[in-house]
Amino acid sequence: MELSHADLIALWITLKLALISTLALLILCAPLAWWLAHTPCRAKVLVEALVALPLVLPPTVMGFYLLVLLGPRGVVGGFLESVGIGHLAFSFTGLVIGSMLFSLPFVVQPLQNAFTIAGGRVLEVAATLKASPFDRFVSIVLPLSRRGFLTAAVLSFAHSLGEFGMILMIGGNIPGRTQVASIAIYNHVEAMDYSAAHQLSIILVGASFILLLLVFALNRRFKVVSVV
Amino acid sequence: MSLKMHFQVTRSAFQLQVSLTLPDQGVTALFGRSGSGKTTLLRCIAGLERLPDSSLTFQDQVWQSSDRFVPVHLRPIGYVFQEASLFPHLTIEQNLHYGFKRIRAADRRIGFDEVVELLSLQDYLKRYPDQLSGGQRQRVSIGRALLTSPKLLLMDEPMASLDTTSKQEILPYLERLTEELQLPIIYVSHSVEEVMRLADHMVLLEQGVVRAQGELQTVLTDHQLPFSHSEHAVSLLKAQVFETDAGDGLAKLQLEQQHLLISQTHLSPGRLSPITKGDSVRVSIMARDVVLARQLPESISLLNTLDVRVIGLDPDTDKSQMRVRLQLGKQTLLARISKRSAEQLQLQPGQTVYALIKGVAVNS
Repeated sequence: MELSHADLIALWITLKLALISTLALLILCAPLAWWLAHTPCRAKVLVEALVALPLVLPPTVMGFYLLVLLGPRGVVGGFLESVGIGHLAFSFTGLVIGSMLFSLPFVVQPLQNAFTIAGGRVLEVAATLKASPFDRFVSIVLPLSRRGFLTAAVLSFAHSLGEFGMILMIGGNIPGRTQVASIAIYNHVEAMDYSAAHQLSIILVGASFILLLLVFALNRRFKVVSVV
Repeated sequence: MSLKMHFQVTRSAFQLQVSLTLPDQGVTALFGRSGSGKTTLLRCIAGLERLPDSSLTFQDQVWQSSDRFVPVHLRPIGYVFQEASLFPHLTIEQNLHYGFKRIRAADRRIGFDEVVELLSLQDYLKRYPDQLSGGQRQRVSIGRALLTSPKLLLMDEPMASLDTTSKQEILPYLERLTEELQLPIIYVSHSVEEVMRLADHMVLLEQGVVRAQGELQTVLTDHQLPFSHSEHAVSLLKAQVFETDAGDGLAKLQLEQQHLLISQTHLSPGRLSPITKGDSVRVSIMARDVVLARQLPESISLLNTLDVRVIGLDPDTDKSQMRVRLQLGKQTLLARISKRSAEQLQLQPGQTVYALIKGVAVNS
């Protein structure tokens, strides 16, 4: 069994997409999750509901609106076009944006839970023990929320691997640019090439399983934290 | 040289109006019911809360004023919270080191081994917080605070979340701490028993306002304050050990040129170091354990009789009872007797009587 060049490219794009969107999400969502975990502000529920929206919306709906927004005549795409950057529909950048939106709740929620435990009293204690705010973040918050970061990263990564509907909408199906593994599988099936579809599919199954196995094993090694 | 503060805030369900100057030595108890504002006041002193229009000066350093607020991590304080709140991802040794390594070596006045020894933490160093009991964890948190070599130690009911056994386990360490380290301590509590064992000075808070403050002995026996009104009214007296073995299993204390006999086993309850002749101790005598007599009764089983002078009589909340303030040298002893007995004895201020003591407890 040998993967075609196009399939290898599709796998590479899938991997790149999952890695980039996961990394960007972790960095961007950490402040948002911290705010959600500690704010007394009432607008919090509104933000929480918005963040959870991708969980319930059909991916095609989000993909459709993104396409409208990022396309040449959309607000964002039109603006980018006018400053000479070019619109984002059917581009890899568009894919990353879509994938990030799609995985948003999978990153924000574990981080928010972790920060709820890692905030509050232990941080006050650290302050009375002469730790500056940055020092407290590095020496207390990060280690206490590493489980949350790990869970968020894996969920987002695995979720990006499997995304189909939204990517089809925003990215189209351009081999070598926006064609990811899940779409390549769909193409193979459409073309009645079941053996090619099977090859790609089994790789995704294996990769996802190994990833989850790794997470559960790592989670066992990290000390379960509760402040006593 | 002292701790001067002025804090005020009024919120819908809560107010705090405090202007205080506290001594910067010995143990000061912030005493009051829950909701009286004592924890808030302590948090303000630490800098964990920032109230507007407030000021705080420790010795010659301004910690808070209208245009200045020193953040918590730059104040030379130690803070012990109600729950030990140890860092769960660090071992006990690492928890103890957390603050220790964050201060300059030149500022370390309290050594690592000294604290481990003082609080008997040797056996726990390699363990994690969840492997320790509540009392052991609280000892670690006290040690952790001490290792920042604070100039002021703030303790927020460090025993409130512990069961009775753990409390009995930790009290001797607190006593040792107050005796051996020359460190001013502000101690929040709602337990008279704890305060009597530990404090020298007391601030009584009621609904965010200072109702009284002063030397512990004086506050406890002040007839205008609630302590002397209750049936648990108690006098705290300073005495010295005169003889640790006065025969028959008794020890003899000297109290204002007079003597008190107590059981040797009661002399040092839970103390970590043995008591010796000449040591100062504080004894407490419940007002209801004091019997007054005009003549010295013969053939009576009571061991302790003190010559005292009546200062004054006050009505009690229970109308059958009277409270009698008695002068014992420079100290005050309270007695609670029936109103009828007070009338039969024709007690008058200035009169000399015998106080027969039914029970004495040694506090420290």
